Amino acid sequence: MWEYTDKLKEHFFNPRNVGEIENPDGVGEVGSLACGDALKLTFKLDENGRIKDAKFKTFGCASAIATSSVLTEMIKGKTIDEAAKVTNRDIANYLGGLPEQKMHCSVMGREALEAAIENYRTGGKKKHELQGRVVCNCFGVTENEIERVIRENNLTTVEEVTNYCKAGGGCGGCKGEIEKIMEKIQGDKIKEIPPAAPRRAGKMTNIQKIQLIQQTINEQIRPALRAHGGNIELIDVEGDKVIVAFRGMCAQCMLAEYTMKDLVEAKLREFVSHQLFVEEDKDSAKEPHNHRE
Amino acid sequence: METVYFDNNATTKVAEEVLEEMKPLFCELYGNPSSMHTFGGQIARKIRRAREQVAGLLASDPTEIVFTSGGTESDNAAIKGTLAAVPDKRKVITTRVEHPAVLTVCRDLENHGYTVVELTVDKQGRLDWRQLEELLDDDTALVTIMYANNETGVVFPIDKIAELVTGRGVIFHTDAVQAVGKIPLNLSKSNIDLLSLSGHKLHGPKGVGVLYVRKGTRISPFMLGGHQEAGRRAGTENVPGIVGLGKACELAAENLEEENSRVKYLRDKLENAILEKCPDSRLNGDKDNRLPNTSNISFEYIEGEAILLMLDKFGICASSGSACASGSLEPSHVLRAMGVPFTAAHGSIRFSLSRYNTEEEVDYTIEKMPPIINRLRELSPFVAK
Ligand code: FES
Repeated sequence: MWEYTDKLKEHFFNPRNVGEIENPDGVGEVGSLACGDALKLTFKLDENGRIKDAKFKTFGCASAIATSSVLTEMIKGKTIDEAAKVTNRDIANYLGGLPEQKMHCSVMGREALEAAIENYRTGGKKKHELQGRVVCNCFGVTENEIERVIRENNLTTVEEVTNYCKAGGGCGGCKGEIEKIMEKIQGDKIKEIPPAAPRRAGKMTNIQKIQLIQQTINEQIRPALRAHGGNIELIDVEGDKVIVAFRGMCAQCMLAEYTMKDLVEAKLREFVSHQLFVEEDKDSAKEPHNHRE
Repeated sequence: METVYFDNNATTKVAEEVLEEMKPLFCELYGNPSSMHTFGGQIARKIRRAREQVAGLLASDPTEIVFTSGGTESDNAAIKGTLAAVPDKRKVITTRVEHPAVLTVCRDLENHGYTVVELTVDKQGRLDWRQLEELLDDDTALVTIMYANNETGVVFPIDKIAELVTGRGVIFHTDAVQAVGKIPLNLSKSNIDLLSLSGHKLHGPKGVGVLYVRKGTRISPFMLGGHQEAGRRAGTENVPGIVGLGKACELAAENLEEENSRVKYLRDKLENAILEKCPDSRLNGDKDNRLPNTSNISFEYIEGEAILLMLDKFGICASSGSACASGSLEPSHVLRAMGVPFTAAHGSIRFSLSRYNTEEEVDYTIEKMPPIINRLRELSPFVAK
């Protein structure tokens, strides 16, 4: 059971400004059904450029709903520039605090607001999209987003990052990278540090290479697939060609633009050798993907 | 209405009769059953009685009952104990829908040189156990498959599976934590080698469980440091727990009939009414082969934790396979393994009843549920106005 503040519960049981504004000046949509929460924010300005009305629709837990409700209350009466200054901290504070594991709800609120403002500024053209390199495949969280929550909330552990933007909360395969991003930011604060040398091995015999590929699959790749009911098998290595087969449920449900092959290739290049490329062995995939969405 | 407790697969109320049996064991009969004096020695008799009561419910021999600290310990002991006893075999077969007490242990084995095969289930959560025919080989040390699923209540054909597995000379373990006390089990007529059960799931106390070890099954003890439980589980016995569990098993045997008639009737009534009154809801799991007390229903486009909180306001306790409700960020692995779409997995609610529930409570919940679902749907961006 979560420790929710009375204010949060009150907003959950009696949410304000539920709905969608017709012909809005700005629309922001973030999250997805797959991720477990999603928010659609719409607002309308008055003749002086202040937010006259704001409405929301939210799919999510109690804190996601309450966060959305207070967000609409907070931005009403503000100009676009003022609204753009609202941070996820402000939203959480307005509720008298959020449980740490639920901080991502406040981040989702801020993201939706930003998306809506961006949509307004581009004359209704721009839809929210991911910016930058995706670090967490499980939840589709980019490097930019991770950096931002770390900076804005002074986060110091991977666990905190997970609480704030979900990254790292699925298979855990991206925790190492989150750690690196955190080190980089902390390093930035003190002094510029030289870029870390790649962890890849130097010259290897064929056997060593195959072993390292297998190890990378076991440690870096399989856990991510496993978390989604899938699996991967190393079929063969021919020179720099790595042949793999995917089993079980398809792991790409969460992030369509990222294919499994790319994920595996990126990890193998990172940990084994730059030259490697991956091929999927379709014939040996006896078990069809039981992807049902 | 006070608390309406529909979360009996999580834990149950301790039966009054069980508590009465346990009471004297704290301040009056607190001796150590291993002691030489009569004061301690008399406790051994109580443990013996409890062992017989458990054996009675399972139709096994009392010597086959090993008391543990609960279901999780029993599962760990069964899996690790078996593998330690057959060190040359490196393959373990399980399913994708096991309780974490089994699944996490098995997946950890992969890091120690074992091959772990996870059997799949179909959309109804039914196990394609015939896959086993091909998978069982000389390298297979253990097959561990749950009796009934904690989230959906789906019951697997364990007797048939046990026959197949043991027929090929492989040890078979089943996590029967959810099945014992809800459906009849007869171990004297089955080939199950190892079976785990837990006290607090059948109106017994928490912190006590059983590992059933068929006579002649080779298993290395998991806990060392004492002669208790015939050397199979060291440590001074949790006497009140064991005695309470014994009584709980005796009561479970007496109430099995009711569990499968009255409790089932209540469950069906609740389930049918909710499915009928709430649009875009669906049942998760095989309707026919199911525990009589469990119902798992998904409500599309809304999230489970929000439903639970609304129910909680009315004093109704249930649980959810949604990510938020569990404190993790991913929805239930069981529902995902069944191919339940994310949308429905996030909005799943499990009601699990017991013999202490009443028809009034069911009617009350039937009345409260549809407005909650409608209310949350009004908030959802995925529902067109
Ligand atoms: S990739 Fe980030 S948790 Fe799986």
